[in-house]
Amino acid sequence: MSASLVFFIVVAAVSLTSALGVVTSRWPIHSALFMLVNFITLAVFYVTLGAQFLAAAQVIIYAGGIVILILFVVMLIGSEKIGGPSGHRLWTPYAGVALGVLMLATMIYTFASSLFGAPGTADAIEAGHPKAVGMTLFTQYILPIEMAAVLLLVALIGALLLARQPKAGAQ
Amino acid sequence: MDWINLLLLPVLRSVALIVVLLTGFAYLTWYERKLLARFQVRIGPNRAGPYGLLQPIADAVKAVFKEEIVPNMADKAVYMLAPALALIPALIIWAVIPVAKGVPAIADVNIGFLWILAIAGIESYGIILAGWSSNNNYSLLGALRSSAQMISYELPLGVFLVSILMLAGGFSLVSLVETPRAWWEWIWLWLMFPLFFICILAETNRSPFDLPETENELVAGFQTEYGGIKFALFFMAEYINMITTSAIMATLFFGGYRLPFGLLGDVIWLGPFVLAAKVIILLFLFIWVRASVGRPRYDQLMQFNWKFLLPVALGYMIITTLLTVFLK
Repeated sequence: MSASLVFFIVVAAVSLTSALGVVTSRWPIHSALFMLVNFITLAVFYVTLGAQFLAAAQVIIYAGGIVILILFVVMLIGSEKIGGPSGHRLWTPYAGVALGVLMLATMIYTFASSLFGAPGTADAIEAGHPKAVGMTLFTQYILPIEMAAVLLLVALIGALLLARQPKAGAQ
Repeated sequence: MDWINLLLLPVLRSVALIVVLLTGFAYLTWYERKLLARFQVRIGPNRAGPYGLLQPIADAVKAVFKEEIVPNMADKAVYMLAPALALIPALIIWAVIPVAKGVPAIADVNIGFLWILAIAGIESYGIILAGWSSNNNYSLLGALRSSAQMISYELPLGVFLVSILMLAGGFSLVSLVETPRAWWEWIWLWLMFPLFFICILAETNRSPFDLPETENELVAGFQTEYGGIKFALFFMAEYINMITTSAIMATLFFGGYRLPFGLLGDVIWLGPFVLAAKVIILLFLFIWVRASVGRPRYDQLMQFNWKFLLPVALGYMIITTLLTVFLK
């Protein structure tokens, strides 16, 4: 067994265990922390696949931003055990199953297309470097990038509008 | 042979780095106490050993042998995890900092800059979790303050880093130090240094931005419920962060391991010593600021960041872009 395979198995085990921890843990904070571990193992996978930029972005955005946001929300609105009366909504399990099926279908589609598609070339491996990613994003995918930027701006302005205190005189 | 290169050498380097950093931390506390004492016309620690040089060892022994107290209502697992999570980022950020010509501390990756940004992003976990898991209102308030402060100041810091990155033209810190810079680049960089240093002060929770632990409002902030060796870990994280950020600033602004004007450029073993000297000078700056500047109010802190630093950083980035396009 080669060293990289051993490494893969260890990281994959950590990744799967933490993913299980996210859904089985009874405390929201613990779930969030398991999710953090999961995100970081994903970043490790990206590095082993030669996608360094993606790995760094994964840690910056998900570990450094989104999980912290989740922790904030849990801390500020209370963190009682999951499973109380507030957690029971009739449609939650169905929505979960539907989303799971959707995700499984996407994964099967991706695997199938990569099985019959072309194998990874040197170009594809080079494509993970920051420069290559930047060039692709700002030439081929410039329209989606700009649209995402506008979307984020709109979200920002919306949040400002919601959080703004009404003026003292106005009703 | 493969195993030696892949596993043994990095492990040896990491161990050496950790030993150096921990010793550095111990003597940084001594350095700070001595300097603060001098600033306040006192003598400072002088009982343990000559010039108080054994004081850090005495402090370490005390911290280790203190009684371990865990609050009853604390979330035990997270409570124990938090000090470690505070310390780890401060250590692993060193992996990409070059210590001598062509020699990074651990690895030369082509995402060195992004590595720094990524680790800066996860630095706040230790503090947030410590504050929450202690189940104490002072701790939680301190943690919320601290994380809001760190996340806010990360923004201008990141924008400044982007500007430096554009001037450098590559993500690797090792090649950054070796790339020659034009004179206007140095001046343009140094103009930004005071603002960058302010961001770093806020990121490391150092005075005057030590609002998370203002003793007159929040007892000791997020670390109120921590004692003994667990408190020592937070202390360690703060001081090692100071050393780490000083090394980063030395690398980005002052040529890292190189002497000015390319003096003695061929003597590779000199690198770490030059870097250490620069780090010690920058650490003096940290302590100088602590001794002379008062703490701002929390709203002033936030206003300064969002209404002054961030716009300035964005403007700086735009001008840097223009300079890079037209002059390089």
